[in-house]
Amino acid sequence: MPVHLQGPWSFLFGRLTLHAIPYDNVIILFAFTLAAVAGIAIVLPVLYFKKIPYLWREWITTVDHKKIGVMYIIVGLVMMFRGFFDGLMIRTQQVLADGPHSPHFLDASHGYIPPYHFDQIYSSHGTIMILFAVTPILTGLTNVIVPLQVGARDMAFPYMNALSLWLTAMGAALVMVSLFVGDFSDAGWSGLIPLTELPFSPGVGVDYWVWSIQISSIGTTLNAVNMIATIVMMRAPGMTWFRLPVFTWTTLSTNIIGLTAFPVLGVALAMLSCDRYIGTHFFTAGLGGNLMLYTNLFWIWGHPEVYFLVLPAFGIFSEIIPAFSHRPLFGYTTMVAATFAIAGIAWLVWLHHFFTMGAGPGVNTFFSVATMLVGVPTGVKVFNWVFTMYRGRLTFETPMLWCLGGLFMLLAGGLTGMMLAMPAIDYTVHNSVFVVAHFHCMVLLIAYAIFGAVIFWFPKVFGMQLDERSGKLFFWTFSTGSILVFVAMFALGFMGETRRLDYLYDPHMLPLLIIQEIGIGFYGLSVLIFAWMLFVSLRNRNTSLESDPWGTSRTLEWLTRTPVPFYNFAVTPQINARDELDWRRRSGLDLSHPDRFAPIHMPGNTMIPILIGICSFGLGFGMIWRIWWMAGGGLLAIIALVIFRSFQHTPGYMLQPGEIAAMERRTAASGIIAEQPSRPPLMEAGAH
Amino acid sequence: MAIHQRPATPDSVLWQHEAEAHDDIATRTLGFWLYMMSDALIFAALFAAYGVLDQTTNLAGGPGAHQIVHPLAGFWQTLAVMTSVFAYSLASVAMKMRSQPGVILYITIALVLGLVFIGLELGDFARLIALGDGPDRSGFLSIYFVLIGTHGLHMAFGILWMLVMIVQVARSGFTPSIVARLLNLRMFWQFQASVWVCVYAFVYLRGAF
Repeated sequence: MPVHLQGPWSFLFGRLTLHAIPYDNVIILFAFTLAAVAGIAIVLPVLYFKKIPYLWREWITTVDHKKIGVMYIIVGLVMMFRGFFDGLMIRTQQVLADGPHSPHFLDASHGYIPPYHFDQIYSSHGTIMILFAVTPILTGLTNVIVPLQVGARDMAFPYMNALSLWLTAMGAALVMVSLFVGDFSDAGWSGLIPLTELPFSPGVGVDYWVWSIQISSIGTTLNAVNMIATIVMMRAPGMTWFRLPVFTWTTLSTNIIGLTAFPVLGVALAMLSCDRYIGTHFFTAGLGGNLMLYTNLFWIWGHPEVYFLVLPAFGIFSEIIPAFSHRPLFGYTTMVAATFAIAGIAWLVWLHHFFTMGAGPGVNTFFSVATMLVGVPTGVKVFNWVFTMYRGRLTFETPMLWCLGGLFMLLAGGLTGMMLAMPAIDYTVHNSVFVVAHFHCMVLLIAYAIFGAVIFWFPKVFGMQLDERSGKLFFWTFSTGSILVFVAMFALGFMGETRRLDYLYDPHMLPLLIIQEIGIGFYGLSVLIFAWMLFVSLRNRNTSLESDPWGTSRTLEWLTRTPVPFYNFAVTPQINARDELDWRRRSGLDLSHPDRFAPIHMPGNTMIPILIGICSFGLGFGMIWRIWWMAGGGLLAIIALVIFRSFQHTPGYMLQPGEIAAMERRTAASGIIAEQPSRPPLMEAGAH
Repeated sequence: MAIHQRPATPDSVLWQHEAEAHDDIATRTLGFWLYMMSDALIFAALFAAYGVLDQTTNLAGGPGAHQIVHPLAGFWQTLAVMTSVFAYSLASVAMKMRSQPGVILYITIALVLGLVFIGLELGDFARLIALGDGPDRSGFLSIYFVLIGTHGLHMAFGILWMLVMIVQVARSGFTPSIVARLLNLRMFWQFQASVWVCVYAFVYLRGAF
């Protein structure tokens, strides 16, 4: 019983017509030009230097966890730039559209963006930043670091790892396509119900939102399976549970959340899709639907998702702070316990996102107390970091600066979070920008951890350090922007500004809005400095680095050569202590390298993950525009590819001891950027 | 404190030259268990939604559970799925005895019983839709169709998987990959049976009595 839709529909193109392409919108035309120029700037050099075979062989078909992690991070950074641009547009609109006499440009009656378009911008800003920027970047970081930290050759399921990447990337691609073909959702990143229902959102925007999230969250769930299996099964000999680095612990807990939370989101969105495609009544405003069922299901995922993001950030702090305090982490065991306490409580607090639902004092009290309980393990963590620094020999390299800045963000976000945990206060400030400022502090803390982590682990992956001077400038401009935007936003929240407004009625808000605009200007500056930092680092690169270029790192990933060879460890290390590298350094063994090598079994490349990714894009695009042949074809092709792969024999190849010895002498030749010579695949009998 | 660790001695082992072999089948089995855990959460969310939408207000004038389910109808389905699991267990025994014909025979029986299950379910659905009580009738019928349909979809994928396994066992016998897949399929099939038990108890028995 497919729902009958008004408007044109053809078998070949579904609902897609030329009118879906907004070529007459100046802003989108500008965005398209920007994207096209960036695309050409990337594609032309690739063509000119004939790098397509290299990209195909070494990156697109790879199953190497480090390359996959790097690609995750690139996808995330590109999307983060897009999300930043959305934020810039939101801020600029609000500062222009304050008060009845505010100026108007283009088709808007206030500011320069009409309401319908403005709603899409904040919806895509939230969706992108949380699901397509921060999530892929953190997934990428765990992908790169965790197998190295546990002493593994690769993830437990290298092929599935590539599949996760391409599913996530295709979800992100759908969001990007929505900018130029059709619309994106205008119902907020959390999908305000019943606004997302067909009678109120008859266009394709909500469908873009649903399918991009569905496809990428399948990737995230598969990655969670992979991560947990890797940490449980692939640890090197001697790596007992309580010798695991804290980042690995937080990755484990975060992926337990990911494994259990994302299916609930999938169910909520699938029910919404049923409402929109076959006319069921899960969340409709009539015929027995239940609106709050959606809100509950969404936040049963949504709140654990917040901790899914913040726990790896805590893990990053726990790696970087000891390294630059020259001390072991204070309270390792309590840190692990606090991590799992936060992960556990994550499941008991979802209702605090809608205290105003009016569930009654008993329910609200339970969720209020549970929310405040989160403060206890989080406080334990903060004190542990502070005690790690106490009487340490602190040095302020850029990663350390990001961690310290992140701690201040955690303080501001955490304390306002405690305020919001009280229903009485929440009723007053619900849906005000005070709440927006609170959760931006929390998400910024994750961004701070991400920048710290990217700078900290950059030499491990690429064999060169990032420039310190421009890195510090990046930190200070970014932090100035954060303070200007969000301190002003807290104040505006108290003045009564509600969120998601394309027009502000109160001219008294203008000074604070101007401060916010200056702040977002600093953010824009920091983006340029970030690009400058990459350029300067590349120009002045020093590629002859020690295994541990910081000199004070402690964990296993710094034991192998820098840049890390594609086989990770030439010989699997035996773990003797927590903080193995520090133990070896203190015992005078840190320069010891293995003297003899055994053959290493490596998995072969495969193009099936990218093909499945492309088919899932076709499935999503076909469903969005109701091009049934494309959706059905995509689904059938995915099933066929999975079955085809199960009939393939993929034994991989053997790396011989002589080759390993040569590559250990010339590390640059085995780094992940270097092109590998092709090797003959094993016959079935030769695979162990 | 744990930081005061034993210092290195001359006979401290730093490198493990032999530690290459991870247990491949155990890793795959663990991975599959983890997948099933997330799948279980899909059903948990659907059951929760069923609990919410199984109220008088969600009927919208349409039929309630006691009018559309009959414990006996569900019982035949239960019988089919349980016998199918039993047949698959016999296939596992045959696999231990490394008997290709045995595995193929018992998986075929399990597959046919799975088809019987799906046939009964589709019959139920067709009858309801013919009466005008399809998933677009009311909030309750939406979750009824989607909960049971999601389980049915899992069963259909299990059947497709069995077809593939029959071909693979016939072609290549018991390679490590195929054994791992047969073990995972066994878990998947028993998991679907367990979910069906919950559906039978929660939808059929609770609805009828």
